[in-house]
Amino acid sequence: MDNETIAALIKKSFPEAITGSTIYRNELTIIVKKEHITEIAGFLKENKELDFDFLSDLCGVDRVETDGVFEVVYHLYSIYKKHRVRIKASIAPNDPCISTVTGVWNTANWHERETYDMYGIKFDGHPDLRKILTPDDFEGHPLRKDYPVDGRQPVTLRELYRKDEGKA
Amino acid sequence: MGLESHLGDNILTTTLNTMVNWARKSALWPMPFGLACCAIEMMAAVAPRYDLARFGAEVFRFSPRQSDLMIVAGTLTYKMASVARRIYDQMPEPKWVIAMGACAVSGGVFNTYSVVQGIDQIMPVDVYLPGCPPRPEALIHAIMEIQKKIEKESFVNKT
Repeated sequence: MDNETIAALIKKSFPEAITGSTIYRNELTIIVKKEHITEIAGFLKENKELDFDFLSDLCGVDRVETDGVFEVVYHLYSIYKKHRVRIKASIAPNDPCISTVTGVWNTANWHERETYDMYGIKFDGHPDLRKILTPDDFEGHPLRKDYPVDGRQPVTLRELYRKDEGKA
Repeated sequence: MGLESHLGDNILTTTLNTMVNWARKSALWPMPFGLACCAIEMMAAVAPRYDLARFGAEVFRFSPRQSDLMIVAGTLTYKMASVARRIYDQMPEPKWVIAMGACAVSGGVFNTYSVVQGIDQIMPVDVYLPGCPPRPEALIHAIMEIQKKIEKESFVNKT
C-alpha cells in the first residue's frame, strides 16, 4: 500500500485520535493522542490490509525545551506488505507516562525499558519496567536534555578502586 | 620475599635477577580485554601478518589466572569497570597493564556520563598506547616497552 492509502485508512478508523500526519521523503508519519496508543497499535497489527507485524524501533525524544513535551516514536514495518509507518505520541513532562504496547508486539518490552531508563517515561501496564542499560545505582535519566553530558556517577572511580595504592 | 631479600645485590642475586627477568619478558602471556574496535587491531597483531609471536607474547590466555599482561583495548564504561578490575585482581603477580587506544588512556572522544575517563582510575597502568585505534605495530611497540620495563625490574623488591 502507498503512504496516502495507509494514512487515509488509519484516519478513517480513528478520526478523533489522530492529530496530524506528514509525508516527507516518502516517509509517512502519523501523530496520535497518547491515550489511544494501545488500540491504534492493535489495529495496525491486526488489520489485514496494514499488517504491521514488526515493531522495528521504539524510542523517546526530549522536546521539552522547544515544544514542552516528550515524544515516544514507534517505527513499524510490514514484512509481508513491505510498507512502513512512523507513529508519534506526545507526552506532558510533568507526568510522563503512556500505555505499553508489549501486548501487541512482544519486542516492545526491552525497547520500553530502555526508553524508561533513558528518559524516565513510564509505560503503564508494562510487565517488568526496570532500568536496562545504566548501572543499578545510577540516578536520573541520562538522555534528558537537562541531564549534564558529563554527569558521571561518581565523577572518578579512583577513590573506589585505587584508594589503598601508592605505598608499594 | 625469601632468602634473596637477605642477600642484597651481589653477583648471585643479580645474575638470577637477569635470568628471571629474561624469562618473564620473553614469554608474556597477555590477557586480552577487548572492549571496542581496538580489539580488532589487537587480534591483527597476533595474526600472521604482524605476528606477535616474534616477541614471545602471542599466547593470549582467556583466563586471567594464566596471564601476566592485561591489554585493555577499547572504551571502558562505568558498567564494565568493576568487571575489568575483578579480572585484573584475579591475575597473579607479577603483572603489567597496557592501556590500548585513546579511550582506555583517557576516555577518548567519549566525554560522557557513561565512560570512564581513563582506565588508570581503576588499575595501575604501565604503558599508555595512544591512537584511535593504534595500529598493530604500535601495540608491538608497547609490548616491547613493557619488556624494557621488565628488564629493569628487580624481583627482590617487587611487591
